[in-house]
Amino acid sequence: MTALELEGEGDDWRLRLSGDWSLASIAQIEVELGRLPAGLHGTLVCDWSRAETPGIGPAWALLKRFAEFAFAGQHLDIRHSGDPPHFLQLLQKLEADLPAARTTPRAGQTFEGIVGRLGRWSVLQGTQARGVVEFFGRIAAVLGRAFSRPQALRPSSLTRHIYETGITAIPIVALIAFLISVIVAYLGAQQLNRFGADIFVVDLVTIAVLREMGVLLTAIIVAGRSGSAFAAEIGVMQLNEETDALRAMGMSPIELLVVPRVLALVIALPLLTVIADAMGLAGGGLLCLINLHIPLVQYTYRMREALSATTFWAGLIKAPVFAMLIAMVGTYRGMQVRDSARELGRLTTVAVVQSIFFVILADALFAVLFVQIGF
Amino acid sequence: MPEPAATPVVRVSGLVNRFGTQTVHDGLDMEVRPNEIFGIVGGSGTGKSVLLHTILGLRVPDAGTVEMYGKNVQQLAAADRSALVRSYGVTFQNGALISSLTVAQNVQLPLREYYPASERALSELAELNLGLVGLKPDDGAKFPSQLSGGMVKRAALARALSLEPKLLFLDEPTAGLDPISAAAFDELLLYLHSQLRLTVVMITHDLDTLFRTCSRVGVIVGGRMITDTLEGMLGNQEPWIHAYFHGPRARAAGMPAAATPTADEDTHG
Repeated sequence: MTALELEGEGDDWRLRLSGDWSLASIAQIEVELGRLPAGLHGTLVCDWSRAETPGIGPAWALLKRFAEFAFAGQHLDIRHSGDPPHFLQLLQKLEADLPAARTTPRAGQTFEGIVGRLGRWSVLQGTQARGVVEFFGRIAAVLGRAFSRPQALRPSSLTRHIYETGITAIPIVALIAFLISVIVAYLGAQQLNRFGADIFVVDLVTIAVLREMGVLLTAIIVAGRSGSAFAAEIGVMQLNEETDALRAMGMSPIELLVVPRVLALVIALPLLTVIADAMGLAGGGLLCLINLHIPLVQYTYRMREALSATTFWAGLIKAPVFAMLIAMVGTYRGMQVRDSARELGRLTTVAVVQSIFFVILADALFAVLFVQIGF
Repeated sequence: MPEPAATPVVRVSGLVNRFGTQTVHDGLDMEVRPNEIFGIVGGSGTGKSVLLHTILGLRVPDAGTVEMYGKNVQQLAAADRSALVRSYGVTFQNGALISSLTVAQNVQLPLREYYPASERALSELAELNLGLVGLKPDDGAKFPSQLSGGMVKRAALARALSLEPKLLFLDEPTAGLDPISAAAFDELLLYLHSQLRLTVVMITHDLDTLFRTCSRVGVIVGGRMITDTLEGMLGNQEPWIHAYFHGPRARAAGMPAAATPTADEDTHG
């Protein structure tokens, strides 16, 4: 039990410390110290003789409380008695040095503060926008140089990234495309069945998968898989100063790290989309066979009827654009990582969320464009 | 001091550590006495950090025992282990400050975990620990990435000191510092050692630090440890030890003249 007893009156006080004064009791000691009356003056003898295992932290809290008395302008002459702990002198010296080292506390919320924050935010947005343009420009510059110097495209690195973002993504992309088209066909069949128009399920699946869902689903899966991987990989390299090392050796991180990833995804995503399209059509066919008893021969015949010349290309043409968006957002956010592990996590999240957002935004723009030009 | 001088603070006996077919420690013995600064020295790859990790219980040895304050670390119950972990402070080679917390929050981290107190008390304690290692109160608001190398080492020491340990383990505390910062760190360590009556176990490559601060030195050679005072080490004829203490860098560090200031430290042990 920790206790702090104040005895005496007028100009002569005695403070008796007893019980456990180790760091473990710091919370209670803090409460006891808070109970000391504010108006003390004269002499105060601090008696340590009954304090058990005095700790540095509690002794410091006591000294800070005394310092507050002095700061309030009270004349209090403090002496320590009863075998004070050996580190007390060190703490007193530290306490005495402290006010000199302390600077003025920060001002609160003012009008200038708010305007200043708004201004800083605007400037920050401006510089970030410039950074994005600069990033885009650097990638374009590397690609431009590659015409005269093909090895700038780093074939070995490019193949590695095609493997990691493309080949290894095939199972999950195929599975999800298959399942989603089964769901669409199933729901479509239920509605169309009421009109006796079962056969139009084939049109529904074919057009939905080829025009929209194949490419959109693939892009979203790849954004989650590879967009995050790009940001995290490059982010850790930033934290380890690996990108600085590359720059110091006269090599461009854009050329070595960013461009291979962007190109790899531009190559891999359309190929994945073709696989997703095929699996989607297969899923629709399977459901039609089992649920609607439409034979596969009739399914393929109806599918050809539903297809126009542009249906397949209207989906596939979007894939390289989505790939550019995903890869550039991922690598850009990765290059932005500075200083801390938390920043890495934050920017990886931002990379995934933004790349999915940009993919859907671009998809909406494509939809409007295709309607306008009758594609 | 609670410990009688006879009981070693740390005693390692017959320690064996293997990685696959490679034996790093082969029957290593080590003893740290109360109130001394014990330096651990060895060539790269002789297992200095592995030894530290084993002592701290971060690695289970293949054979041998580690005792702290006379208790076998591997056989402690969970509650006793937790109490033991609180009784020593550790700094790691690169500081290992949590990068998403400010320096003050880093220092408060173990306090918050074990001794819940008011925010005011916690900020006072952070100020105290930063003051002890010679950092300014303003530095507490900075993030680890904003600190210089020397400040990181000091902040790591402040965090290690925050639970008021009697025993400190330091892994290469002056590595990567400029000579002036390293010398200042040596003085800080000596000051805290005498003022707070700490026992310090330190891995170091820095000959200046070794000569300035350590009372005894343990050299890992061939998987075992040879322990002696600095004066004793200077006369040791083992090839690696001779090369270490008589190489060009040792001469630059000013031995054997530099060995004399440590003589008064020996009386503590």
